Amino acid sequence: MIRLTINGKTHNVDVDPNTPLLWAIREQVGLTGTKYGCGVAQCGACTVHVDGTPLRSCSVPVGAVAGRKITTIEGLAQGGKLHKVQQAWIDHEVPQCGYCQCGMIMSAAALLATKPKPTDADIDQAITNICRCGTFQEVRKAIHAAASKA
Amino acid sequence: MKMNRRSFIVGSAAVTGGLALGMRLPPFGPAVVRAADGSPEINAWVVIRPDDTVVIRMARSEMGQGTITGLAQLVAEELECNWSKIVYEYPTPGESVKRKRPWGDYSTGGSRGIRTSHEYVRKGGATARVMLVQAAANQWGVPASECTVANSVITHKASKRSTTYGKVAEAAARLDAPKDVKLKDPKQWKVIGKPVKRLDTRDKVIGKQVYGFDLKLPGMLNAAIKESPVFGGKVKSFEAGRVASMPGVKKVVQVGDSGVAVVADTWWHAQTALQQLPIVWDEGPNAKVSQATIMAQLQEGLNAEQAFVGNRNGDVKAGLAAAVKKVEAVYFYPWQDHACMEPMNATARFTADKCEVWVPTQDGEASFAAVLAASGLPADKCEVYKINLGGGFGRRGAFQDYVTQAVHIAKEMPGTPIKLLWSREEDMTQGRYHPIMQCKLVGGFDAQNNLTGLHMRLSGQSILKEVRPAIVEQQKGRDPLSFQGVFDSGEHSFGYTIPNLLIDHAMRQNHVPPGFWRGVNINQNAVFIECFMDELAEAAGKDPVEFRRQFMKDHPRNLGVLNAVAQRIGWDKPAPKGRYRGIAQMKAFNSFVAAAAEISVTGGNRVKVHRIVAATDCGYAVNPAQIERQVSGSFVYGLSALFMQEHTVKDGAIVEKNFDTYQSMRIAQMPRVETIILQSGGEPWGGIGEPTICVAAPAVLNALYKATGKRLRSVPLKNHGFVMV
Repeated sequence: MIRLTINGKTHNVDVDPNTPLLWAIREQVGLTGTKYGCGVAQCGACTVHVDGTPLRSCSVPVGAVAGRKITTIEGLAQGGKLHKVQQAWIDHEVPQCGYCQCGMIMSAAALLATKPKPTDADIDQAITNICRCGTFQEVRKAIHAAASKA
Repeated sequence: MKMNRRSFIVGSAAVTGGLALGMRLPPFGPAVVRAADGSPEINAWVVIRPDDTVVIRMARSEMGQGTITGLAQLVAEELECNWSKIVYEYPTPGESVKRKRPWGDYSTGGSRGIRTSHEYVRKGGATARVMLVQAAANQWGVPASECTVANSVITHKASKRSTTYGKVAEAAARLDAPKDVKLKDPKQWKVIGKPVKRLDTRDKVIGKQVYGFDLKLPGMLNAAIKESPVFGGKVKSFEAGRVASMPGVKKVVQVGDSGVAVVADTWWHAQTALQQLPIVWDEGPNAKVSQATIMAQLQEGLNAEQAFVGNRNGDVKAGLAAAVKKVEAVYFYPWQDHACMEPMNATARFTADKCEVWVPTQDGEASFAAVLAASGLPADKCEVYKINLGGGFGRRGAFQDYVTQAVHIAKEMPGTPIKLLWSREEDMTQGRYHPIMQCKLVGGFDAQNNLTGLHMRLSGQSILKEVRPAIVEQQKGRDPLSFQGVFDSGEHSFGYTIPNLLIDHAMRQNHVPPGFWRGVNINQNAVFIECFMDELAEAAGKDPVEFRRQFMKDHPRNLGVLNAVAQRIGWDKPAPKGRYRGIAQMKAFNSFVAAAAEISVTGGNRVKVHRIVAATDCGYAVNPAQIERQVSGSFVYGLSALFMQEHTVKDGAIVEKNFDTYQSMRIAQMPRVETIILQSGGEPWGGIGEPTICVAAPAVLNALYKATGKRLRSVPLKNHGFVMV
């Protein structure tokens, strides 16, 4: 049994400790907002926060994050209020197909947590997620818009 | 706004007309067709709930391109309903079959979603409006012509009465549909042409949107699959016993004659076992095929005697013979996978009397046909439920291989829903790839630098020969789609009138399955012709835009987009210091597109695309905000392809298996895209999702020549040592 703390709730999952965190989140805990896109830490669709740091959960063994504070897209909104990145995503209509967007939002939220007013260069460095619909122009606008909100 | 994915029930007996308070019902009106919640269907397109919610039903699939919102705008414009109370749902293909296709074509490809359904969906909205107004008029005993309608509220001014759609829906549903309805003049549009918000954003940013990958059904098991890595290969044997006791494993099954799947409690367990499963393949003769053998085959086609003609004007032989100067070049475009962010998947449940499939599909009817074929059950025992797509790009329409596989696996475990998910590696190595193509172009000039002839010879794969052989047969062996963007007529016609022109295609097939890759054959044809136009312009000593214009007198809309981007980027003035510009134009899917790129190159090979100006003339722009997003996104698809993407073959199998070797652009590489939307109006309407991609690569390649003096004639640029920064 591995004890996981996800979005403030404790889950005991009975899997091999080498199981990628992504699949423990999706198939054991049942939260499917965290997406599989490549399995090799390239695309970022599986991005979650572990103790506030954005990690590609497809390449993190679940055994390595036992007891750590894990946040997924489902836990980003607080007290029924969307995270300002999520709100900016809606205001700027960022998503197209939307499949990569939860990972993109988690990357953006982590960036703003460490750099509240990121420059374009900061965004270029922090957001390395793949989006095949090509939403990058709106992603950039939405991050700046979210940064301008308190 | 939420999508209502429930299928609905046909028949008036299910629910009585309890909502019909005080209405005068025509005694012998048609039976009311009802949605699953009992709300009346005004017609196939429109269901109205008592709370005034308008449910709009669409056959086309939303895969990110915004077609559902655009189609809802078209219906709403004529329906005069309250936009904030619109939801949408997909009618199932099974329903469509039963009701003789009231929603028309399900196929969502070829940028057709809006352009080929705008008329019938607007009529659907208009017909429903007429019926709703008539129902109110009947109730009040006044002529319908005295009633006005706006925002789902019907008003009879003279008697100061008003009601809402929700209140008269029951009565309206009992009326006969009017035969002929008049559609609004585009000048009267209030919803069409406005940048209204998409109907499907919120769930995508909170992790609630359910894609095929995310589906959960009671008692469901998961499957992972491996098909023969060599296309055309077969399963010789596999040792199921070696993985049978691994965690979660339920069953190992052969799928058709070329695949093996592991079924387990979770997909991770299934995939882990599959990776350890010893499989012996009978790879067949294709295992001997290498990249070099295919390239040699294409090269042979460049000079072959026999070729299919796609466009001819005058006598190219005589024109080139009369030339005092010739320009010749050979170009190449590789195989490329769609790489949808959500890999292929389908979920199937099979019993002796029912086969149901849940699938993210671009074509519900194609999925339905695959279910019929794989299950062996008749149409009335099959059903398909369309699930949200994490990208489509042409991979999820004509090709339903994952549906066939899922049904075959489900048949091995009757009654148990099986969710089949492909790994990224399976997705990239079992693609239906952008066709591989070489092209030789020869142009001639007289002593005054007038173009005397142009021969464009394509040599490579035909998609239709593999996928729609009946069309090729009908065309006496020719694949007309090979000539997209350079064809002699139609929705992909050539944008230049050139004396002594020949564009032909030496069809060279191979064992790698080709497919419709967003934009399809315009991608390579635009690189070939639009880069060569720059080569010809240089040989003639002319500016690339000026050179093109002399052949565009009879192509005013091509010229319109070309001029628009030239003007916006400031083509007549020098580029900023250290920046270089390139331009390209094309017509595809009945839209006219052009792009002008501004780039710089540092360190000899580091290419920065700073700015792109893109113009689209699609006739009518239904949602300009969504068009801008599709256009700017097109440069991610198109420039990833130009700089980074190629699939190659070794020993008959695809070499590049994941995003580490098949890269895709990141935000740091994204240029600023400025979109210009031109609306020439008229018929036919043009598409949006695909056309722009094709001008991305040639505009940048032409700029790259200006920057480096190098004509780079093969894609991707990584093979030339160039990187996108």
